Amino acid sequence: MKYLFPRIANHAFMILFSFIMLYPVFWWIGASLKTVPEMSLPTIWPSEPMWSNYTEGWQFSRKYTFAHFFKNNLIMEFFNVIGGIICSSLVAFGFARVKFKFQNILFGILLLTMMLPMQVTIVPQYILYNTFGFVDSYVPLILPHFIGGSAFFIFLVVQFIRGIPRDLDEAAKIDGASIFGIYYRVILPLIKPALVTVAIFTFIWSWDDFFAQVLYLSSVDNFTVGLALRMFIDQFDIQWGQLLAMSLLSIVPSTIIFFLAQKHFVEGIATTGLKG
Amino acid sequence: MAELTTSKPSSRGFFRRKKKSDENNLAGYLFISPWLIGFLLLTLWPITQSFYLSLTDYPLIADPNWVGTENYKRIFTSDDTFIKSLKVTFTFVFIAVPLKLAFSLGVAMLLNRSMRGLNAYRTMIYFPSIIGTSVAVSVLWRNMFGVDGYINGVLSWFGVQGMGWISHPDTALGTLILLDTWQFGSTMVIFLAGLKQIPQEMYEAASVDGAGKIRKFFSITIPMLSPVMFFNLVLQTIQSFQMFTAVFVITQGGPVNSTYVYAYFLYEKAFRHFQMGYASALAWILLVIVAILTAINFLASRYWVFYESGGRK
Repeated sequence: MKYLFPRIANHAFMILFSFIMLYPVFWWIGASLKTVPEMSLPTIWPSEPMWSNYTEGWQFSRKYTFAHFFKNNLIMEFFNVIGGIICSSLVAFGFARVKFKFQNILFGILLLTMMLPMQVTIVPQYILYNTFGFVDSYVPLILPHFIGGSAFFIFLVVQFIRGIPRDLDEAAKIDGASIFGIYYRVILPLIKPALVTVAIFTFIWSWDDFFAQVLYLSSVDNFTVGLALRMFIDQFDIQWGQLLAMSLLSIVPSTIIFFLAQKHFVEGIATTGLKG
Repeated sequence: MAELTTSKPSSRGFFRRKKKSDENNLAGYLFISPWLIGFLLLTLWPITQSFYLSLTDYPLIADPNWVGTENYKRIFTSDDTFIKSLKVTFTFVFIAVPLKLAFSLGVAMLLNRSMRGLNAYRTMIYFPSIIGTSVAVSVLWRNMFGVDGYINGVLSWFGVQGMGWISHPDTALGTLILLDTWQFGSTMVIFLAGLKQIPQEMYEAASVDGAGKIRKFFSITIPMLSPVMFFNLVLQTIQSFQMFTAVFVITQGGPVNSTYVYAYFLYEKAFRHFQMGYASALAWILLVIVAILTAINFLASRYWVFYESGGRK
């Protein structure tokens, strides 16, 4: 009984803190239904919901609705996630389970690339893609996920594989499994949790990777959701209601994935990432 | 793919071992080939190319024209924007990084207790970070902190006269720092992982010895967490130097260049003015700055980062 008060105080504090953290999001939801004058109020729910913010915002221009931009983005994400999973599992298996020459040096280089500011490579990369005529296509956005992707993901999966007993590999070897068989039949099924983490992060990070989108996509037909939002702001008279409504919709895919895989997401790094 | 049988007669062991190591080389390189190709094509080649371009004048529509160290000379002697953007960036990095680390450590400790509903709290607190550095969040921030934004509405309750936080040179950068700190989630999760790995017995033993909460924090938590703290520090420092989306969407470097961060400066030079050579020189200077700061971090880490088994890395 004597611990009751601290416990209530504890919860009260956590609820208050969560509320403060989430308040901008709550306000955002309300504001997407507000008129512009009402937006300057900190109240959450509007006096009279303006659903037209959504219908008019969705009807982006005469030629495009937001459905088009969402479709573009989702197709791109589909390939990115596939690429991220294939690439990080193959490469991580190679580093964690196969012995080859210069392995340690190469792994060191891989870790080093995590610390490299992307600005150093961006200009020549742009020139490279430009030379091959890939600017204003999804190639520069998708291709990197198939060749290398993020060093961070590879590192994550390597750490995860290192936690799997090598006895399993040995047993499979005795049963006559090839090295690819060990990867495909033994390790791949076991690293699913890590690959889920990779898939989620790949989706959310490349959805948000505005810099690459700004750089490589130029025609409205190819625009992603982020770029479409950006066009709203460029207008002289920003339609804030519509802009906030569409911005809110733009975070829906990431939010759904976050809640579906919430456990993986928050614990993914916690259980796999940083034992090294 | 390579067959790895272990039932060959031992008399052929030497050949077998030789063959096996060869096969593993091939298999190893096949497995890592996606990364290796990507590294050569999208990292190594571009870096060397970028260095070469930094010594040229290259407007993209014509061939690169060799100018030697001219770009660097111009940057260091006659480009005021360079100095300005360095100042802005360093201000951002030196305020935002410690703030974010301290805040995320505090929250991680809050979340590293046993209490009911912890999962729910963790999810709510983490949520702002998953929507991350998107345009959407920048849009939200731009509205909230505008002259007519609701932040000013809240302030007026307390009789404080609001202002255009993002349109005033004294507060614009601070507003971006606040946004950065609000999204402390990934740093926090990494701290949380580190906290969970500290053996509870250490705290119990310290309790027996009569150590208080503060003492435990400084004598156990901080030293045990120092490798994780170091990891976060290095990564956050590097990331902060690359802050772009928020600046691009919210302030465009303004007002009066008060948020003209280095990454945005570089973007404008390269992709708005198409001065590819000049931008490459800026990129190389950024690389050197980040490398120096990282090296300082690594050297300083000897004095405060504690590894359990002495030399473990």
